[in-house]
Amino acid sequence: MKVLIPSPLHSYTGRSQVEAGGPTLAALLADLERQYPGIRFRMVDEQDRIRRHMRVFVNGDQVFELARPLRPSDEVIIVQALTGG
Amino acid sequence: MKTLLMVGTRKGAWLFHGDGARRTWRLDGPHFLGHIFNHVVLDPRDGRTLLAAAKTGHLGPTIFRSTDRGRTWKEAARPPAFAKAAAGEQGRSVDHTFWLTPGHASQPGVWFAGTSPQGLFRSEDGGSRWSPFSSINDDPQYRAWMGTVQDGTPDGPKLHSIIVDPRDPAHLYFAMSGGGVHESLDGGASFAPLVQGLEVVEGFDRANVTFHDPHCVRLCPSRPDRLYQQNHCGIYRLDRPSNEWLRIGKHMPRRVGDVGFPLVVHPRDADTAWVLPMDGGTVWPRTSPQGKPAVYRTKDAGKTWQRQDVGLPEKHAWWTVKRQAMCGDSRDPVGLYFGTTSGELWMSGDEGRRWRCIARHLPEIYAVEAAELA
Repeated sequence: MKVLIPSPLHSYTGRSQVEAGGPTLAALLADLERQYPGIRFRMVDEQDRIRRHMRVFVNGDQVFELARPLRPSDEVIIVQALTGG
Repeated sequence: MKTLLMVGTRKGAWLFHGDGARRTWRLDGPHFLGHIFNHVVLDPRDGRTLLAAAKTGHLGPTIFRSTDRGRTWKEAARPPAFAKAAAGEQGRSVDHTFWLTPGHASQPGVWFAGTSPQGLFRSEDGGSRWSPFSSINDDPQYRAWMGTVQDGTPDGPKLHSIIVDPRDPAHLYFAMSGGGVHESLDGGASFAPLVQGLEVVEGFDRANVTFHDPHCVRLCPSRPDRLYQQNHCGIYRLDRPSNEWLRIGKHMPRRVGDVGFPLVVHPRDADTAWVLPMDGGTVWPRTSPQGKPAVYRTKDAGKTWQRQDVGLPEKHAWWTVKRQAMCGDSRDPVGLYFGTTSGELWMSGDEGRRWRCIARHLPEIYAVEAAELA
C-alpha cells in the first residue's frame, strides 16, 4: 500500500512516498524497517509506543495502536506533530 | 600534532580543525543540521572513529558513527534502548543518549553510553549495537534511586560521567543527575553508591542516594585514584581508597559560589583543575554570576582558587556552560575549550590565562570535546 513519509524521515527513504505492506500497522512498520533499516526506532520506541511527536493516519483517521488492521487499499500517512522550536 | 574540537549543539554538530599552534580553526559543518547532539566523541584508540549521540525534536534517538573523522556517517544498527517491559508493566524508553565514553585501551570497540531517562548501555562493536546494563537499568534499588522523569532536570534526568579506570577495565564509575555517583569493581556486573561526604539540598537526607545530584565527575589521568566532582551542592575531591568526598568548593569566593556544571582536570598535574561557576541562587538562573563569566582554577587540589577571566566579557554576559561543554586537550601548555549556551566557542592556549572566542552564532552548545590528531 502507499505510505506517505514526512521530510524528517526522507534520509531513510529518499522520497516522500513508498510502497510497503502488512496486515497490521505493526507489520507495515516492520516492512518499512526491512526496506529502510533504522526508520522504525525513530517513529516507535522500545515499548512499541508511537513516539510523542509522531502521528499515523490511515485513510484520514488517526491511529494509536500498532495492532490496527490494514487492507491493501488503505493509504497510510506518517506525519510529525506541529511542535518544536 | 593538531587539535580537533567536536561540538554538539541543539541544531547540529560541528568539527573545528586547529592548526599545529591552535591559532586558526577550520570549520567543518553543520553535520546533520537540525539534529540535537548531546555528545560527539572521537575514539582515542584508533583516532578516526567518531560517535555522535543524536535525536531531533520529533524523531527518536540514535547514534551516528563515522570511521573517517566525519567525512561519512552511518547510523547505529541498534541504538541504546531499554528492555521491553513484560505485558502489563510500564516500560521505559530512551528519550536521548546524553553521554558517550570510549572503553578501556585494552578493549577496542567497547563504548559506554548514558541516557535520559537514566540508563547505562554498552557496545562491543564500535558503537553500532548497544546492550543495556540490567544491573542498573532493571535493578529495583537503582530504579528507586533514579526516581521518575519528574524528579530530574527539566529535559529529563541524565546518566553521565561514565569513567573507565585507565589501570583496570573492570573499574567503572558513573553519575546520575538524580541519583548520585556509583562505582563498579567487576566490569559493571554490580555497582555501589559513592556519595559519602557529598551534601544535598537543605532539608533533605544526604543518606538517601536519590537526593544526590552530581553534575560532572572527572578522574585525573595522572593520578587515577583522584576524582574531582562538580555537584549541584558544591565542588568536591575524592582521593581513593577513601570513600569520603571533600568539599573543596568552600574555598571559592563567597560571592561566586561553587555551583556549576563542568569541571576539567589537568592531563599531567592532578592538583590542577578548572571549573566554570554559574548562578545557583534564588530560582537558579544558571547564568554566569552577576553576568561576569570566569573560569576558576586550582593548582593545589582545591585549597585555593584563582579567577581566570582575561579576554572574557567583563559584564552583561548571561550565558553559562553545560557539563560536557568544557574540556582540555593534552598539549603543553594545556588548551582549554568551552561552548556557551549562547552559541559561542571559547579557547585558551595557555591553561586559562587568556581567553579568546573562536566561533560565534552557533546554536546552543551542549558538548565540546578535544582530541589530538597525529
